[in-house]
Amino acid sequence: MTQISILSPTAILGYGFPEASFREGLSRRPSAIAVDAGSTDPGPYYLGAGQSFTNRDAVKRDLVPMIKAGLDLSIPVLIGTAGGSGAAAHLCWCLDIVQDVLLDLNRSARVASIVADQSAEEIMRALADGRISPLGPVKPLTEKDINDSNCIVAQMGAEPVISALNKGADIIVAGRCYDPAVFAAVPIRAGYPEALALHMGKILECAAIAAEPGSGADCMLGTLDHEGFVLEALNPDRRCTVTSVAAHTLYEKADPRYLPGPGGVLDLTSCRFEQIDQRRVRITGTELLPSERYTVKLEGAKPTGFRTITIAGIRAPDLISQLDQVLEEVREQVFQNFESIDEADVSVIFRCYGRDAVMGKLEPLRHLTPHEIGLVIEVVAATQALADTICSFARSTLLHLGYPGRLSTAGNLAFPYSPSDISHGVVYEFSLYHLMTVDDPVSLFPVTVDLMGVSE
Amino acid sequence: MMLPDLATVIRSKNAGPFELTFDILFSDPYDYQRVVRSGQLSAESFASLYGIALDDVLSVIEFEPALAIKITIKRTRSSGALGESDVYGAQQHAPLLQLDIP
Repeated sequence: MTQISILSPTAILGYGFPEASFREGLSRRPSAIAVDAGSTDPGPYYLGAGQSFTNRDAVKRDLVPMIKAGLDLSIPVLIGTAGGSGAAAHLCWCLDIVQDVLLDLNRSARVASIVADQSAEEIMRALADGRISPLGPVKPLTEKDINDSNCIVAQMGAEPVISALNKGADIIVAGRCYDPAVFAAVPIRAGYPEALALHMGKILECAAIAAEPGSGADCMLGTLDHEGFVLEALNPDRRCTVTSVAAHTLYEKADPRYLPGPGGVLDLTSCRFEQIDQRRVRITGTELLPSERYTVKLEGAKPTGFRTITIAGIRAPDLISQLDQVLEEVREQVFQNFESIDEADVSVIFRCYGRDAVMGKLEPLRHLTPHEIGLVIEVVAATQALADTICSFARSTLLHLGYPGRLSTAGNLAFPYSPSDISHGVVYEFSLYHLMTVDDPVSLFPVTVDLMGVSE
Repeated sequence: MMLPDLATVIRSKNAGPFELTFDILFSDPYDYQRVVRSGQLSAESFASLYGIALDDVLSVIEFEPALAIKITIKRTRSSGALGESDVYGAQQHAPLLQLDIP
């Protein structure tokens, strides 16, 4: 075989794709169907809480045609960063959906799961050995960070995925992955150049986002040979252009020329982007600069408290013109009323939408006085009960607080909802975003293969 | 001329949970070169536009294959941490809309 095609149905498993685009992709006889299922973009909650940011029914909808096609054509279906964050809870969630789909299809399949969770003991050992370093503007890791984290995952490269393929898996459900890994594993295993396979995966993982017009919910095909690869949007209403693909290489990363990953850095400085026809772009010249030692990225989340919020509008110009003083007075009254509570243990945040709530300190137009404010009162405290109490008190205090020149003496806030307060649950924070050097890129990520679906 | 009159895309987004990256894309190589030459998107100019310390501007990259200028800064706090205002970092581009390019 002198070329190999990989079908990427959608940017995130659960974001959907048109059936016609998917069928067009299958007609090109791809060697694998691969999809990225995760991201850190939705924030630390999902990793910490073991929840997916995608919807179960939407994930199942996408998996039905993917798994059916994979089994019918005898090509692997690969899912990277299962369940959104790729920890054990997310993996279980995704495997449960895979089982559901297999039962609905009345089929069975060998399903590999690859665990990306790392134990606190393992990370402590690596820290003691000096094998952990910050990634970007992150503080050096401490033992406390590790102890406070309730979940730590490492990003696997293509190697554990290849190991699952070697075990004969029909479907691979991988925990936290370097995004290109599930797209690159089949080509690398077949002997295609690693640099090109990973670079192709880097673009395919966002599916048709790299096309024009872009979409996170449409299919893309990547076809790799030994010198380069071709990208093609499978919906005739979209096309890949040099601009759309080059622009995508910038997306969500700090440096488009060097893309670091497990085991090495993709060097795009000698890359050529070539428009081979109206709808397809060919890329050549990508190189892989191997790292001196194999590194994996660690991600962790830790709980920092419980949150309660209230949403209300303010329309009174006399109040808006002295809002900061009024909010400060509310804060003081809260802590005066609950004297036993230490101010350091409870955060009270007033978010003034319409003024500076989106950009905070970066807002250059904060001096302008808006005619309306969307106010969010947010309280984070050690327990949900305490957050509820403080938020409720801050809300009632602000509702009836007198201020100089007040005309509207019946109430200061317009509530869109009854009840007004929302208990929002546990708040998480990213606690690890570090690199760890490892000796073996496979053993950190145990692979198991089980027969799932209907019993034969 | 203002930056939106020359650029086709002006956007911000997280580059991982600890960095915020800004992309300014052009469709015309002349417009791209004009902005590059103006020096209005240097680290110093960007720090002053956003009122942040120069040290917090981590990189400014001119990427000609995509006719793009990319600026990456340190996030005020990690994405989603207490006090967060924009988890995805997708609405932090507005000051660039007011940038005057000579």
